[in-house]
This record gives sequence, C-alpha cells and structure tokens, in this order.
Amino acid sequence: MPRISGIDIPVDKRIGISLTYIFGVGRSLSLDVLKKAGIDESVKTKDLTEEELGRIASILDNDCVVEGRLRRQLSQNINRLKEINCYRGLRHRRGLPARGQRTKTNARTRKGPRKVVATKRSIKQMR
Amino acid sequence: MGRSLKKGPFVDPKLYKKVVQQGQGVDEPIKTWSRACTIVPEFVSRTFLVHNGKDFKKVFVTENMVGHKLGEFSLTRNFRGHGGKKAKVK
Repeated sequence: MPRISGIDIPVDKRIGISLTYIFGVGRSLSLDVLKKAGIDESVKTKDLTEEELGRIASILDNDCVVEGRLRRQLSQNINRLKEINCYRGLRHRRGLPARGQRTKTNARTRKGPRKVVATKRSIKQMR
Repeated sequence: MGRSLKKGPFVDPKLYKKVVQQGQGVDEPIKTWSRACTIVPEFVSRTFLVHNGKDFKKVFVTENMVGHKLGEFSLTRNFRGHGGKKAKVK
C-alpha cells in the first residue's frame, strides 16, 4: 500500500478520493494537487507508478500544510488565544463555542454530553 | 472579520494620538472606552484601562495581541454560577 505524507495509506479507490484520506486534504485540494502533478483523478491508486506517487508526495510536502504539521499549527493558534487572555481564548479554555453561538440550547458539540442537574426531589432522596 | 481592506483596520484616532504622544518608556495606563479599536504594533508593551460597561479592566498589551481589539480583553459579563446555597452546601 502506498504511503503519502507520513502515515497515510489510501486504498484501492480512485486517487482523487484516496488523497482525501490525508488530514488537511479535501476534494478540491486533492484535485488541485493531481492537476499540478499531471495525473488523472479517476485512475485507481493501485495503478499508479512509484514515480507518480512520488510526484504527488513532493507536491503535498512542499506546497501544502498537512497532517502533523497542520495539527500542530491548529493547536498553536488555539494556544496563542489562550495565552493572551482574550475572549476567544477563554471560550476555548472553558470548552464552549468561541464564535458567539447560543449556549442556552444546543452547542452540544463543544459542551459534550448533557449533564443532568439534580432536581429538588432527587436531592431529598440522596439525604 | 469582514472589514473592507480599503479602509484598513479601525484604530481610534484619538487613542492612537495619545499613545504616540506618550512616547516610549513611560507606561502610564491610558483610560479608554474604545473597545472596538484594533491593537496596532505601536500599542505593544503599554497598559490600557478598557471600559467594560461598568469599570475599567487593566490590559497590558503584548506582541501576540496585535490585530485583536481592545474589547476582547475586557470582559463584559460576570458569571457567578448557577444554583442557590443548597446546591453549594451539599
């Protein structure tokens, strides 16, 4: 199985789709890269030659921020916000949405599973 | 997000003038209501007292803060938590 950008091993899909298994590569970047490498996106990944894969890998390495480097960049950006004590940093620290969304309802992606607050009756039962 | 490039970042002209006049070295906190003012490199390592609607929060500007607005560092809400005494005692 071919390896591109470190650990990723796309399968026997068309190369245009295979590349999107890399973190930081979506459909449009995948097509851009293939265009630059002069490879048709509908070719199956297993049918590509070593040299063609090498060309794709070198374009991804040189022109794109992908996988580990992208992950590091993201967490650096968030850490910067946390360090300067700004509002957005605070929201990240608290694990709440940072872009002004409502939190009265929804916001479950950031807040995680619902936490049940004890009602008056259940407090009495506990005692 | 989304201000026209033609206009450039919003910097309160009065506040900017005050910072420049103060010159290097002196670090007297500058009281301001201009929360919408973008922090420009000239503001670095200066202290501002930014109004939050009630009182003035001290904001010491570092290099990382350039490009943010003064208001982002002076919170306007003061959340003291939910639940009455009963919940707290437990």
